[in-house]
Amino acid sequence: MGLSSRERQAWALLLPLLVIIATVTGYPLINTFRLSFTDASLTGRNVAQHWVGFENYAYVFTDPDFGDAFRRTLYFTFVSVGAEILLGVLVALLLNREFRGRTAVRALLVLPWALPTIVNAMMWRLIYNPEFGSLNALLLQLGLIDSYQSWLGTPGTAMNMVILADVWKNYPLVAIIVLAALQTIPRELYEAASIDGAGPWLKFWKVTFPAILGPLSVALVLRMIEAFKVFDIIYLMTRGGPADSTKSVSFFVYQESFAYLRAGSGASYAVTVTLTSAVMIAAYIMLLRRQSSTA
Amino acid sequence: MKRLPAWRRGLGHAALGLAALIGAGTLAAGTAAADTTLNALFMKQAAYSEDDVRSMTKDFEAANPGIKVNLEFVPYEALHDKIVAAAGAGAQGYDVVLFDTIWPAEFAKNGFLQDVTGRISADDTAKVFDGAWSTVTYEDKRYGMPWILDTKYLFYNKDMLKKAGIAAPPKTWAELTEQAKIIKDKGIVKFPIVWSWAQAEAIICDYGTLVDAYKGEFYQDGKPIFDKGGSMDAVNYMEQSLKDGLSNPNSREYLEEDVRKIFSNGDAAFALNWTYMYNLANDPKESKVAGQVDLVPAPGVAGKTEASAINGSMGLGITANSTHADDAWKYIAFITSQPVQNKYAKLSLPIWKSSYDDPAVAKGQESLIAAAKVSIGLMFPRPTTPSYTELSNILQKNLQQILLGQVTPEQGMQTANTAAERLH
Repeated sequence: MGLSSRERQAWALLLPLLVIIATVTGYPLINTFRLSFTDASLTGRNVAQHWVGFENYAYVFTDPDFGDAFRRTLYFTFVSVGAEILLGVLVALLLNREFRGRTAVRALLVLPWALPTIVNAMMWRLIYNPEFGSLNALLLQLGLIDSYQSWLGTPGTAMNMVILADVWKNYPLVAIIVLAALQTIPRELYEAASIDGAGPWLKFWKVTFPAILGPLSVALVLRMIEAFKVFDIIYLMTRGGPADSTKSVSFFVYQESFAYLRAGSGASYAVTVTLTSAVMIAAYIMLLRRQSSTA
Repeated sequence: MKRLPAWRRGLGHAALGLAALIGAGTLAAGTAAADTTLNALFMKQAAYSEDDVRSMTKDFEAANPGIKVNLEFVPYEALHDKIVAAAGAGAQGYDVVLFDTIWPAEFAKNGFLQDVTGRISADDTAKVFDGAWSTVTYEDKRYGMPWILDTKYLFYNKDMLKKAGIAAPPKTWAELTEQAKIIKDKGIVKFPIVWSWAQAEAIICDYGTLVDAYKGEFYQDGKPIFDKGGSMDAVNYMEQSLKDGLSNPNSREYLEEDVRKIFSNGDAAFALNWTYMYNLANDPKESKVAGQVDLVPAPGVAGKTEASAINGSMGLGITANSTHADDAWKYIAFITSQPVQNKYAKLSLPIWKSSYDDPAVAKGQESLIAAAKVSIGLMFPRPTTPSYTELSNILQKNLQQILLGQVTPEQGMQTANTAAERLH
C-alpha cells in the first residue's frame, strides 16, 4: 500500500523532528533502560560493566527508603494538583465575571507561573524563615500561633510548605486553561437555564462544569505528570530534609546516580519512575482521544 | 539556473550571513587558541569570598600572559555532584576543581583527579601543616594542593558574656552548657547557642567536632562504631542541649550561612562556625554585633581533651580529563602560594606554618591566629572511605531523626551503624 503524496509530504516534514526526538530522548531512554540491568558506575576509570539481570530492580522494590519516597511523591502529587485544580477553577470563575480592571488582574495572574522555579523557591524560603519570615509574623499577629515556627525544619510541616509554594506557582496554569474554556460557553445557555429556574449552583453543575471538564482533565493529567517528577523546588527549598521527609523519587534517582555514583542502580530507579509516569501519560492520551471523538 | 522564490533567496542571504558570523567566530577563537583557557570550579560560601578569588585570579593572569582562567562558583552543596557530572564531559569539563577533604578517597578510586605527588617539592611539604596535607592525600598519593585550611571554632559574643557576669569563654562543652544556661536564665537571648544542623554535610562537621572532644572514633578494627563511646556522647550532648532549650531549635534547618546571620544579628551568644565568620561578624556592614565577636578553639571534655577540632580543609586539584595540566598547576601553585595566601588571610588562613608568626597576617585578628595555632594541630578527620557521601547521608538522616525527637539517640545511631556496616 503506497502512501499518497500528501502523506509522504507530511512524513518528510516530520522527519527532522523525529530525528531530533530519537537522539535527545530516544537514545538516553534506551541507554538508561540498558544501564538499569548493569552494575555500571559513574567513574573516570575504564571499568567493565556487568550484566546483573533484575538484581537492581529486586533492590528497588524491596528498598524501604524508596517506598517511603514513592508514597511521599504520591502525596505531593495528589495534594498539590488537587489544590491547584480547586484554586484554578475558583480563580477562573472569578476572573470570568465582568468587573473593572479585569484585564489587569488577568495579566497579573500569570506572574507566579512565569517566575522561574528558583526565584519562587527562594521567595518562599524567605517567607517561611523561622526567625525573620513574614509567614511567622503574620500568623503571630493574627494570634494563630504563639511562637515562631520552623516550617521547613519540622517533618510534619516541611512537605506541606513545599506544596504550598508549588501550588502558588502552578495554579495559574489551571486557571488560564479553565478561563479559556469558560469564554467559549455561549451566554444563551445561562439565559435558558435561568428561564428554566436554575440557581447558580445548578447552573455551575449543568452548564459550566460540562463545558470545562475536557480542558480541566487535560490540565489535571499534565500537572500530575509534572508533579510526580518534582525535583527542583525540593532541591532548592529543603534538599530532601528534614530527616528525609521531603525526599521525592526524582531526588532519590539523582542521589543514587550523582552522589553515590551508582549509574546502574540509579537507572533502575529512574526506569521505575518513568514507567509510573508512563501510566499517567497513557491516561492523558486516552483523555485526548475521547475528547476529539466527542468534539 | 532556476530562479529561486523570494523567501528562498532571503534564506540564502541569511545562511550567508550566518556563515560569515561563524567565520568571524572561528577567527576570534583562532587568535585566542594560541593562549590557554582554564576552567576552574569554586564554591560560593565560607572561606575566600568570590571577590577574593576573582582578584587572586586577576593577579595570576597579569603575571602569566597567555593563560586565561574562567571561574565558576557553585554552592558547597552542589560542588561534589558538579565535579562528578563534569567528569563525564571529557576535556570540555573543568581543569581545576576545589574539593573537600572527604572526597579524595572516592575521587582517587574513580580516577577523577590527577595524581600530583610528583609536582610537590619536599621543601614545600615541610613548610605546610600536616593537617593540610591529609586533606589532599589518599593512600600516600596527593591529588591536589591544600588551599583552605579550616576548622570550626567556638564564637562568642563578648558583651553578652559580660552582661551575664561570665569572666572567660568556656574551655569544656560542660562549661558551655553552664554558661548558656546563665545567659538564657538572665533573658539575654532566648536560645544562646546556634549550630548548622540541617540535613547536609554541615551537621557532620558539628557532630564530628564533638566526637573529637569526647575522644571518640568512627571505626574500630575496620568496623563502624557510631553507636558507641564518644560518638554516643556527642549525640547525647546535641540532643540534651536542644531539650534544655539552650540550642536554637531552628539549627535543624540551618547551614553555616544561617548560623552567621543569626549570630551577626545578636540572636545567639555562642556559635560553632568556620574561620570566615570571624571577620564578617566583626564587620559593621555585615553584622549588628561588630566589635563584640571573639573566638576560641572548640572546647574539650574534662579529663579527655583540652580542645577539639574537625578537619574542614579543602584542596585544589587537576581533573583527570584536563589537557592543560601544566598550566592548571601553575594556577594552583600561584593561588596556594604563601604571598597570595598571606595577602588574603582575612576569610581563610594560610596553609603555611610560618605565616602564623607573620605580624602582617595576624594584624587585627590576633585571637583568630591564637585559636588557629591550637586548633590546626588537632584537626580530626571525618571517615576516609570511597563511599563517604553515602555514609554521610546515612548519618545526616539519623542524626536529624534523633534531634527532631523521632527516635532515641540509641535507636538512631544503631540504625546508622547497621546501614554503615553494609557499605563496602
